[in-house]
Amino acid sequence: MLKRRVIPCLDVKDGRTVKGIGFVDLKDAGDPVELARRYDAEGADELAFLDIAASVEGRGTLLELVRRTAAECFMPLMVGGGVSTVEDVRQLLLAGADKASINTAAVREPELVSRAAAKFGSQCITVAVDAKQVGSARWEVFTHGGRKPTGLDAVDWSRRMAELGAGEILLTSMDRDGSQAGYDLELTRRVVEAVPVPVIASGGAGGLDHMAQVLAETGVSAVLAASIFHFGRHTIGEAKRAIAAAGIPVRLGR
Amino acid sequence: MPGSLVAVIDYGSGNLRSAERALLRAAEGGSDAEIRVTADPEWVRRAERIVLPGVGAFADCMAGLLGIPGMIDAMDEAVRRQGRPFLGICVGMQLLATEGREHGRHAGLGWIVGEVVRLQPGDAALKVPQTGWNELSFSRPDHPLLAGLEPGDHAYFVHSYHLRPRDGGVALAETDYGGPVLAALAAGNIAGTQFHPEKSQRTGLRLLANFLKWRP
Repeated sequence: MLKRRVIPCLDVKDGRTVKGIGFVDLKDAGDPVELARRYDAEGADELAFLDIAASVEGRGTLLELVRRTAAECFMPLMVGGGVSTVEDVRQLLLAGADKASINTAAVREPELVSRAAAKFGSQCITVAVDAKQVGSARWEVFTHGGRKPTGLDAVDWSRRMAELGAGEILLTSMDRDGSQAGYDLELTRRVVEAVPVPVIASGGAGGLDHMAQVLAETGVSAVLAASIFHFGRHTIGEAKRAIAAAGIPVRLGR
Repeated sequence: MPGSLVAVIDYGSGNLRSAERALLRAAEGGSDAEIRVTADPEWVRRAERIVLPGVGAFADCMAGLLGIPGMIDAMDEAVRRQGRPFLGICVGMQLLATEGREHGRHAGLGWIVGEVVRLQPGDAALKVPQTGWNELSFSRPDHPLLAGLEPGDHAYFVHSYHLRPRDGGVALAETDYGGPVLAALAAGNIAGTQFHPEKSQRTGLRLLANFLKWRP
């Protein structure tokens, strides 16, 4: 049976791990490669790097980080932040990433997703959807690290991205991100039901019960979390044991 | 020493470096393997072992191989005539089939009679691509490529298509995704994995180490 995944996310900026609340107020959480190594040893199912500065100048630093991590951690690696061309995807894959996550550029140019999927396969292309609730059962897509509204409905947009070739949707609730109030269950459920591809839930994990809850109640394929792991509050192993105890299939050990 | 050369075929498919690095790590425990990523058919012809990684669409990958003059001949010579150990990974395994049916019908290498078809899990809640860690069950538990692995060990899969061999006897391991899915095969000196050993942590590194020692 396919197991649900637990994915620690490292938000990186200038070669360091950072974690903010509601996409601002950044706090240094350490050397990304060191953290990656720890998560690998703890049995993480996958690692995510998100370059939150996503500056052109920082590109080399990010690629170097991916290379260093991939040389030591023999596990799937997703990298996002500032991916805006097929060449960016290629560079990440060559550096050792398995999946490139596309966010702002997909809104600007949806065909980028289909071109990248045709070139490298859908399994390499994750579309990151940052969604903010704007009404009863309505969520809007935001870009530029959550600063810019797009007018797009998050559920429709996720469906469209899957149709264009995204192999996975990384769904972040901006309302919950950094709040530690739990994942947005309603948003997650709606997107899972709308798309044929796997969905990763992100934003809001404050305790291990939140992870078990979103997995149990929405059918989401994976949970992503950052601060709950970075500051030593919980290990990956603890998270997985809590999820398993809730009766959800998860890979224990390594 | 040319006798220990392991050629990782570079035909424009992504993520060769992951396969290379994992083979390097797997070789650390006492193998004298020299891992070489190469697009040169001469190195493939000379290699003691050959690895064909693969990420992307079947037709694109096949076109990539065909695009290197002499590459398929060199693979044929080394693997099928000289009997050197061969490992195809993911699409690299799928290319062994007679035919791929991803975006149309495309001829494969035809080393394994069978076809590559889209995953159609019996359970509608299962998403395609299959992405993540799934358990292995062994069709031939005593095969040297599975040494040190246990049934129920997890491997990392990410694929929308799978290989259905005509002769089910080539199966080495299967996984369940709303029905049985071929996870690994071995036919004589030709082996392949649908999962990514280079991304499967301990389980994957062990399988690669087994491959580096394999004397089919």
